[in-house]
Amino acid sequence: MQNSLMSTTKSNTKKSSINESSTKLLPQQSPQDRLDLLKQMLLIRRFEEKAAQAFQLKKILGFCHLYIGQEALAVGTISVLNPHDGVITAYRDHGHALARGMCPKACMAELFGKATGCSRGKGGSMHFFDAKRHFYGGHGIVGGQTPLGLGIAFSQKYKGDGGVTLCYLGDGAVNQGPFHEALNIAALWKLPIIYIVENNEWSMGTSLARSSAGLPLVNRAQAYDMAGIVANGMDVDDVRAKTAEAVHLARTESQPTLMEIKTYRYRGHSMSDPGTYRTKDEIEKYKQYDPILTYRSRLMDEGILDNPTFDQLDAEAQKISQEAHDFAEQSPEPALEEVWEDIFTPEDQVPPLEHPTRYHR
Amino acid sequence: MPEMLYREALNQAMSEEMERDDRVFLMGEEVAEYNGAYKVSQGLLKKFGPKRVIDTPISEAGFTGLGIGAAMHGLRPIVEFMTWSFSLVTFDQIVNNAGQVRYMSGGQFSVPIVFRGCSGGGLRVGATHSHTPENWYAGVPALTVISPAFPDDAKGLLKSAIRSNNPVCFMENEKLYGFKGEVPEGDILVPIGKAKIRREGSDVTIVANSLSTHRALAAAEMLATEGIQAEVIDLRTIKPLDFPAIAESVSKTNRLIIVEENKPFCGWGAQVAYQVQRELFDELDAPVIRVTGLDAPQPYNSLLEDSLMPNEERIIAAVRESLA
Repeated sequence: MQNSLMSTTKSNTKKSSINESSTKLLPQQSPQDRLDLLKQMLLIRRFEEKAAQAFQLKKILGFCHLYIGQEALAVGTISVLNPHDGVITAYRDHGHALARGMCPKACMAELFGKATGCSRGKGGSMHFFDAKRHFYGGHGIVGGQTPLGLGIAFSQKYKGDGGVTLCYLGDGAVNQGPFHEALNIAALWKLPIIYIVENNEWSMGTSLARSSAGLPLVNRAQAYDMAGIVANGMDVDDVRAKTAEAVHLARTESQPTLMEIKTYRYRGHSMSDPGTYRTKDEIEKYKQYDPILTYRSRLMDEGILDNPTFDQLDAEAQKISQEAHDFAEQSPEPALEEVWEDIFTPEDQVPPLEHPTRYHR
Repeated sequence: MPEMLYREALNQAMSEEMERDDRVFLMGEEVAEYNGAYKVSQGLLKKFGPKRVIDTPISEAGFTGLGIGAAMHGLRPIVEFMTWSFSLVTFDQIVNNAGQVRYMSGGQFSVPIVFRGCSGGGLRVGATHSHTPENWYAGVPALTVISPAFPDDAKGLLKSAIRSNNPVCFMENEKLYGFKGEVPEGDILVPIGKAKIRREGSDVTIVANSLSTHRALAAAEMLATEGIQAEVIDLRTIKPLDFPAIAESVSKTNRLIIVEENKPFCGWGAQVAYQVQRELFDELDAPVIRVTGLDAPQPYNSLLEDSLMPNEERIIAAVRESLA
């Protein structure tokens, strides 16, 4: 690769630390900025805990994939974006949505299937969307979002709007064909996209070792002559620094990057998963590196945070989550006629499409 | 009125729409430097440059998904499949992403995209390359499916498809690329979802699309020599279905033959037959008869393939049965 940034980060599989080149890419954070990252992580955790409770009470149906344990990843990566940059992810999307600034009430209402939900109750847990915040979903088919992210980045470059796109996928998705097609095109056409593999070690109940050859996963960048960056997903500062490198490369040179961010989910694959494939010891081991507790200690060392303030921030996150729950519960169900809405975009250049019989009278 | 080939009409449609809207671009395998595997995109690279006429790797899922993402971000892509048979490797992108994103997002994102390319059999290219997947995509609520039979409709419908704010599956026919016909001059827009009577008649209605329309018209001419007047309706758009046009004709002739190249089970003709019996039961003087591709994979051998496809002989036999 053409610059030193690449050579220091490409296929770096060691536990990462902030290096000098990447810190320069980030503006100095104020104490409030530092606390905001903590607040966002706390909100995701408390929101997800509230969602888990609601699922157990059958207020949330279907699938519900929780983000607990992975909070630093969504918060850290999205924190370096501009408002008009694109974000697109897979079905474990609650964390990214909240980190992108989506309204917790609208998110919880979507989980409840209510008309006030961020997808008007039609998407559910796996299909959050927010056009205003350039949040392109929430996609249910493993790897299916990876070519879509490519299209957002293509359009950003085509329009010359200076935007970049973050496209997330799980470690299980790296073995889907469309992901490789997307990596090839991203590198071939120099599109401003960052593919972020959230490596939480498990694709549902299949471990990384049983699913993937050629580890570490970041090596897959080499085949496409793409930059590859590894980050520690339990450390929000490291995630931010490494993502800033990739975003800088995309924004200034229109070059794609494949990031592998090591993380861990504490809960099952979804709420329906009892998690019998892994030991409690394994989960406990990772909890020692809990992203919120790690960051809390660091902020205390920096003199930005004390225990009462932490408790207060945590109480706020719990309050917001409870209010989101109450809002969702009290929100109206969609009207039955809503089943016919939002299928077609209204036409403005050709006559409206007519479906007079709906084919099933 | 000037005459041109079906492929030239398609080319003109894309060229005109790219001139009027710089959000429109064309991508696909061999569309640019090779000028199109079937020369539909001939000259477009020279005219619009590599930013807007783009050769892709052989990665249907990759470039189809790219098109959908770009459409969600505000562009208006035309994605060419070398044939619709190759769309099967990107079925997920078309069905789950183009087909569902607007609904799943509660109407926040639009997908103004055209997927186009040739489909159909009769070219001795065997089972993998001869699909007629109109009914597969018509089964997705948000997808529009168009399959023109004549150059004027090829141009006018493709222009409408490009201007639509919704995802359109535009299925051309390889055997028709060299068909010559009259095309009106100027900015013609054929409305999506409107059938056209290509031949008037009073004894029996034949509903067809794409290449089958030509087969139906040929059969109708042969029947006319015996004094049987068949009305031939060219559907032009499979979905949305122009049922009122079918109903008006069937109310006049009281007999209906459906000619479709796709396989019989759950073909689009089954939907037409259902709606006719549901709404026009008392108008029918005979059961509706479907003439479809036979329920077998497409064979390579010429005799076998010709026997499998809906042909004039089988259409005429169906008309005779209906009138018997």
